[in-house]
Amino acid sequence: MAKKDFELTWKEIPVGAIVHEPGNASEYQTGDWRSQMPVLDRDKCVKCGICYRFCPEPCIVKDDEGYYVADLFYCKGCGICAYECPKDAITIVKEEH
Amino acid sequence: MAKRVGAEGSFAVAEAVRLADTDVVAAYPITPQTHIVERLSEMVADGDLNANFIYVESEHSAMSACLGSAAVGARTFTSTAGQGLELMHEVLYLASSMRLPIVMAVTDRALSGPLNVWGDHSDAMATRDCGWIQYFAENAQEAFDLTLCAFKIAEHHDVLFPVMVHMDGFHVSHVVEPYLLPDKEELGDFLPPIDYPYPLDPNKPVSMGAFAPPAVYSECRKAQDVAVNGTIAAVANVWNEFNKQLGRQYKPIETYKTEDAETILIAIGSFNQMASVAVDKMRAEGKKVGLVRIRLWRPFPLAAFRQAIKSAKNIVVFERSMSYGGTVGPVCAEVKSALYGIKDAPRVTSFIGGLGGRDMSPKHFEGLFKRAQEIFDKNLDIQYETIGVRE
Ligand code: SF4
Ligand code: SF4
Repeated sequence: MAKKDFELTWKEIPVGAIVHEPGNASEYQTGDWRSQMPVLDRDKCVKCGICYRFCPEPCIVKDDEGYYVADLFYCKGCGICAYECPKDAITIVKEEH
Repeated sequence: MAKRVGAEGSFAVAEAVRLADTDVVAAYPITPQTHIVERLSEMVADGDLNANFIYVESEHSAMSACLGSAAVGARTFTSTAGQGLELMHEVLYLASSMRLPIVMAVTDRALSGPLNVWGDHSDAMATRDCGWIQYFAENAQEAFDLTLCAFKIAEHHDVLFPVMVHMDGFHVSHVVEPYLLPDKEELGDFLPPIDYPYPLDPNKPVSMGAFAPPAVYSECRKAQDVAVNGTIAAVANVWNEFNKQLGRQYKPIETYKTEDAETILIAIGSFNQMASVAVDKMRAEGKKVGLVRIRLWRPFPLAAFRQAIKSAKNIVVFERSMSYGGTVGPVCAEVKSALYGIKDAPRVTSFIGGLGGRDMSPKHFEGLFKRAQEIFDKNLDIQYETIGVRE
């Protein structure tokens, strides 16, 4: 996206509001709808990937060390990962905005 | 050479769709539109029209199929009326906001209930704000001409909006009358093949109908509103080109005996023809009356309208639909809004009639002029009267 949605003037809206850059939804930050976030305790995590499978976004990605970490650019703070984790390795904490 | 043929307005519309080499027709039959799509279905089955006819299960599906068809750049036609137009309602807004050049003939019909399948403008007025270009044809010839023009208008790169061609249910759709049916040669290059600039193409992927959060929705709406208001000149130009090619002239606002007219009747649709007979008779009696027909309803041609009513001291609006609980009917509201603030604005009174297929003869229109005069002379505080109703 050359310009963010909140920067576009009405004259810059393409005909029919057609999006000419396919896949650019990934540039849209949806993580800021969140009021709480998951925090991973790496000592408890066994890298099983269950949280990764259950995240509805899906925004959990495997990092270089093999841990499954939430990408906070998209994470909605729903808490499903924490609920499903068999090792209680994820805590949901309130965020201050 | 043009053939003079006798046919229902419905068949005239089907002939226009055939001559336009339409690629896709997606439609669901409903009275009084049925004969249009029946005839098109026959043409496709007989090989007279090389189109895909999509037999859908509802009007909502018909318009949805039209979205897809127009989005791949195919010349697309549908038709409906009354309840069918209502069932399409939410998809109409998608067609206009996505700027898809779909052409739709609407044989205007009353809305339930009570159930009524006859002519009326309730369906047209309920879709007033859906962002389509909308205009009215008053007889079979106009239905043919204006359907043909609709493809050129919708697909014009300065336009790219869907177009609704309204015609009164039964009075236009079912009345058999003579009209001139031109052949391909006579059309010349009036209607070139469609060249939609953003067709869905796997090699050049785009997203259509995406979402817009509060941060950008208003910008999208303003862009659409400015664009549709900017199409008036293009619509008029296509009509001028049509006149050059086939010798019949249409204008966004059309006037009849309005020079020096003190009282001007304003109406939409086929009843204008009855009204013009009343105007002739009253003119012969020396009364300074005239008629303004609103041909192009959306976008509303404000400047042409103001020009057309310049001489009027009194304006009488006649319309075939109600705005339940409103101050006046939708056409009168438009007229009053267009007049507000201009110097020495004429007085306005309005009448609602011709509902659900109730006829209006020239005599009724004469009566309406007389009643209006009484309202003006006595300075009666009447927003509108519903005429022809048993008390
Ligand atoms: S909180 Fe919800 S959205 Fe965020 S990572 Fe966990 S499961 Fe995914
Ligand atoms: S479910 Fe729990 S243990 Fe399994 S990878 Fe996710 S955080 Fe680690």
